Formats: sequence, C-alpha cells, structure tokens
Amino acid sequence: MEFALSQDQKMMQESVSRTLDRVCSLDRVREAADANGFAEDVWLALVELGIPGLLIPEQFGGVGLKLLDAALVSEALGRHVAPVPFVASCVMAPLALLHAGSAQQQSQWLPKLASGEITAGIAVAEQIAGAREGSGITAQNGKLSGKAMFVMDFDDAGLFIVADRESKLHLVDAAASGLTESPLTTIDLTRSVGELIFSDVEAEPLAHGNAFVAVRDAGWTMLAADTLGAGWQMIEKAVEYSRERKQFDRVIGSFQAVKHLCAEMAAELEPGRSLVWYAAHAFDVIPSDASLSAAHAKSYLSEIGRFVARTSTEVHGGIGITDLLGLHYWFKRIGLNRQLLGGPERVRHLAAAMQGFA
Amino acid sequence: MNLAYSKEYEDFRAETRAFLEHHHARFPKPYGGGRPSAEMMEWQKLLIENGYAARTIPREYGGYGAEPDILKSRIIAEEFTRAKAPTGLAGQGISMLVPTLLEVGSEEQKRKYIAPTLRGEIIWCQGYSEPGAGSDLASLQTRGVEVENDFVINGQKIWTSTAQSADMIFCLVRTEAERAKHQGISYILFSMKTPGIEVRPLKTMTGNAEFNEVFFTDVRVPQDNVVGGRGQGWSVANATLKHERGMLGDPNAANTRLQAIIDLMREETVDGQRLMDNPVLRDRLMQLQGRVLAMQFHGLRLLTASATGDDIGLARLIVKLEGCELNHQLAAFAIDALGELGVLYTDSPHLRANGFWQRAYMFDLGLIIGGGTAQIQKNIIAERGLGMPREPKLMKG
Repeated sequence: MEFALSQDQKMMQESVSRTLDRVCSLDRVREAADANGFAEDVWLALVELGIPGLLIPEQFGGVGLKLLDAALVSEALGRHVAPVPFVASCVMAPLALLHAGSAQQQSQWLPKLASGEITAGIAVAEQIAGAREGSGITAQNGKLSGKAMFVMDFDDAGLFIVADRESKLHLVDAAASGLTESPLTTIDLTRSVGELIFSDVEAEPLAHGNAFVAVRDAGWTMLAADTLGAGWQMIEKAVEYSRERKQFDRVIGSFQAVKHLCAEMAAELEPGRSLVWYAAHAFDVIPSDASLSAAHAKSYLSEIGRFVARTSTEVHGGIGITDLLGLHYWFKRIGLNRQLLGGPERVRHLAAAMQGFA
Repeated sequence: MNLAYSKEYEDFRAETRAFLEHHHARFPKPYGGGRPSAEMMEWQKLLIENGYAARTIPREYGGYGAEPDILKSRIIAEEFTRAKAPTGLAGQGISMLVPTLLEVGSEEQKRKYIAPTLRGEIIWCQGYSEPGAGSDLASLQTRGVEVENDFVINGQKIWTSTAQSADMIFCLVRTEAERAKHQGISYILFSMKTPGIEVRPLKTMTGNAEFNEVFFTDVRVPQDNVVGGRGQGWSVANATLKHERGMLGDPNAANTRLQAIIDLMREETVDGQRLMDNPVLRDRLMQLQGRVLAMQFHGLRLLTASATGDDIGLARLIVKLEGCELNHQLAAFAIDALGELGVLYTDSPHLRANGFWQRAYMFDLGLIIGGGTAQIQKNIIAERGLGMPREPKLMKG
C-alpha cells in the first residue's frame, strides 16, 4: 500500500516545473495573453519534454505514461498559468483515440499529436454541462450538423473530437468543408475556447468502444489538477506578499487576521491534492471508482479554487486587483476551470446520479 | 502509487478477520470510557495477547511487543470496524500517558504504571487546562510547593474527563515559581484518592457531564512521581499533545457518519418524498461526500508518509482542523436533513438515532475547541506550515 508519487513521477514533476520556471514567466504569460493566448516557445519546450505524447503509447511516438503523470503536468501548467493547449489536446483527444479509435485512426492521428505537429480541440460541453442556446450536434449518415460551444484547445487545432447528442464521439478534420470556427473570448486569456458550427460536415465515428465517459473523467481530473496548481501558486504569492508588506509598523503576515486566511486556504486546498491523485490513479487502476472520484475532484477543486482565488487577492489588498501585479491571471484561470465541463452543481448532480441517488 | 496490499498484509488481514470471527461470541459491549466492565477487561487481555491492542508496547511493559507497522495498525482498525468488534481500551491513560512514559518516563515509572494501565486496572485522567489557562496552557497556576520530599499542591483543573472514575491523574503543576513560564512546570502522576482532591461534574450543553472540575487543597504527593524531571513538564506535555491531535481527526469516523446520512436520506420522507429526492439536500450531501473522500485519501497519504518517513510538512498540520470541522458539518447536515425531527432529543417520541446527531453536533463543537482551538490550529498551520511570522509580543505595562 503506497499512496505517494514515485521517484520517476517526482523527477518528471521537477523537470516540467524547471522548464516552465525558465520559459513561462509572468511577463511571457502577459505577452501571450495580449496577443492570441498562445505561447509558441512554451509549447515547443513542452514538446521537447514529450508532453503532447505523454499518454500516447511508444509505438505511436509517445511516452505511454498514465493519467496521474498527466495530472502532475496539468498542476504545473496551472501553477504557471501556461498559455498552451493541454487538457483537450494532450489528454482528452488522445484518450478518445486510444479508447475508441480504429487502428487506422490511431496510426493516422496519434503520431501527429504525440510529436506536437498538430493539436486537437474537444467539443463535448453540451453532453456534460448541458446545451445552451440550442447547441448540440446531430450525426446522420456520417455527417454532423449543429453547433458545439465551449470547444477546448480551440485555436489552430488540426483535429476536433466531437460528441453528438447521444454522447458518441466523432473525428472531424479541421479543414473539412462546412465547418465554421469562431472563437469565444473568456475571462481567461491563457487558454483558447471557441464555437463550431457544422453543416453536413464529414466525420468519422470513433466506434471501437465507448470513450465518452473516460474522456469526461480525464477532463474533470485535469481541470481539477490545473486549479490545484494555480491555487497553490496563489497561496504562495499571498504568503510571500504578507511577509514583505508593512502596515502599522509590522509585516501584515504577523496579523492573525491575515495568517488565518492563509491557513484556511492551505488547509482547504491541500486535501484536494489527494483527491486529484486518487481520481487519476483510479482512472487507470480502479475503474469502479474512476467516475465518482473524478467528479468529486472537479467539484471540490472548483469550490476551494474559488475560495483561494478571492482570498489570496484579498490578502494582497488593493494591489491584488491591479493588472500590474498579474495575480488575476491565476484568478481567471481558476474561474474558467470551474465552469468548463460543468460547474460544481452540475458535476455533483452527475455524481449523485452515478450512485443511483438521482 | 499502489493501493493494493502485499501478500504479507493480505495474510495479516485474513488472520485478523479469522480471529474476530472465532471470538465473535466474546465481543463485549462497546467501551464508553470510565471504568471498564469485567468482560471488557477480559477482551482487552485477549486482544493484547494476540497483538490487537497495545501492539507496539514492549512485552516487558505488558504489551504485545511488535515492531511498529502503521499498515498493520490500519488493517486492524479496518477489520474491527468491519466486524463491528469493540476495539481495545482507549482513554487518556492508554492513548496519551503510556506513549509519554515510553518516551520520557523513568524505568521504575514504566514498570509500575504501563502494564496495569494497559490491562484497564488503572484509569487515568488528564490535569492540564485551568480556568485561566486554556489556549495559553503554559500560564497555568496550580502550584506545587516543596515540603520535604513531597510537593503540596493547590489549585484547580478543568475539562478533566473521567476524573470521577479515575484512579490516577497526570497533572501539570507549577513547581518552580521563580522560573520563566515554560520552565517552571512539572508533569506529576498521583492518586486521585489523595486527600484534598475534590471532583465536581461539569455538565455541558449536551445535558451530560462529559467533563469535571478538579480542586486541589493541600494535596501532598511524592516528588518521585515527576515524569521527565522537575521543570520539564512543558516539553513532556507537548509530547502528549502530539498524540492527542493525531487522535482527534479520524477520517474513518467521518465516513461512518456519511454512510449513516445516506441511509437516513433514503429512508426518511417529507410529504411522501424521500429526502434523497430533494435536490438541495442531495447537493449538500454530495459536497460533504467530496470532503469526506478528500480527507480519506489525505489520510492514505499521511499513512504512507508515516510508513516511509517522508516529510510532508503542512499536510499533517491540517488534520485536526479539517477533520473536526468535517465531523461537525456532517452532524449539522444530518440535523438539517431531518428537519424538525432533527431537534428531538433525549427520550422524545419519534427520536431518531437515539439523539446521536444533536449530541454529536453539540459535543463536536467541544472537539473543535479542545486539544488546541481551531484558531490555534490556524496559527500553527500559518507559522509552521507556511512560514509566516509570529505575532509580536505585546510590551508589558
């Protein structure tokens, strides 16, 4: 019985963090956010480390690791508010192909995803968070019609994985005719989200298994891990600031009012780490616990993430809400994670349904 | 990451299970504290002989003498819960005094006290808090004045559970009046039958007297009974508090409560609708389930770290705060789910679960306050866990 990271996992975590410390400074994040929300040099550094192929087996040019490894990467990306595709492109899409793709589909797309040559977007929001403004995709005779909103890792994707109204997944080439892409602007300028309109768009079903649940569970766990990383960074920034900022001739971190806010953030967030680890581990090893623990990881981190985001900002006082300080990049990242793939109330409803409670 | 147990542990689990099945007929009524029944003492003896109680206490002091193995301890706890078997005796003597004596007691003290304490022959109470010394425990004023080879003790203790049935007390007494606050305290063991001790029950909001006040008037006790040396009582007590804080945040207790609430929400109805079919209550249930799971997995992480000796710093410091709060929230939610039935108490008609939820809701508030208040816990998390600066000392006068 061992509930801890392995030596290899700690080393991988180390090396991703070190790379991001080097290439993904706040200045770089700000520059990317002011442009198109994508930092190509950061992406290339991650490609160098094999991150796009993290979950893809070696035969397709990947590293063949597990979801817990991906959770550690997601945490590091959240910690650095990295403006790169990951949750859809490096986790959900490869898993969709691995769980339900034909041999031909896998060998066509997985090597390109593993090498970082293309990225993939994922359009499953309607089937998890619910349809908005008439969105939803209908599949008929190998063609898709309708509208998909909140497509993740949207910009410049070469491939989309799309869920229809029956939660069946389809592969769509981004260049297919009849497909209209329009970006959505969210609070978080470090990740791209968009909308796809399909009119009789050629699509291939991912028909060799049902991947929807696995893709959803993995997505939930990755967003939770991203919030874990972003949240801890916000706590550390609050603590650091409170040790320097002086008022009433004292550093404000010596006031219990401030100390207790920091203690509450840490005490609430840290158990979320174990929840993320368990959900990721269960995904690969304990299938019977996978969906429920993923749902709880998503819901728990969404709730605690919001508390940490506002509390850390408050500890900073007035400077906390300025653009100059840049704390808002983490605040907004956490805010987006909360709503993507279902807000906490929605996810908890699904968690209750899984257990036959609803 | 590997949540399976190796063969050695699976065998141990099977052994434990077989033991409990074999002795099922001998299960005594659960121990509620105070003086154990004869059948409970017999059970305790059987558990020690087989290594299911006092497991890591050396044989020479009346224990089973196994090497510490946190996974085996965990398996024992799991299997006893599963079989609904009463665990061995707990109480402050076994959980707090015995580890302290093993750490800092003299050879004579260990020989004299540990074995009979384990057998349930000596019941202990803890004399720490005073009316004027709560969170600031080191300001305690109960005084011991040296007279020949004895101390003569005067003062008052409070929050002393089991004092009414205890044989002995482990007590913090200011014996070196001239020394600084933390250096003037001794940790003394003495009989509760010593002349000059008066015990008054302290009734709490639950309606029961879970605690007592203890008054000392010229209580004369031998100096040999000091543990860890004169004036060393503060560090001895801190060793004990460490054991207490580990005890107060048990994630299994939260899971047991959660399961009971799930059953309750499936059975109880309002306007003919099951509580589980009320989406607002169901959402609150799911929020709590997420918290219970988080603390359970957090417990697995701590367990692993204890077994491997990994330093996980802050992760351990949050358990008392989060664990006690979660248990309290579970009780609060059960009351809300029951609605007006949730306020029935003691022997009322229609009472649910023998009034457990209200009693727990009130008693647990005491656990949030006791053993280091939530606010003291937050200071500890901030200062030791996050490295934040201590509050500057106020100038005197």
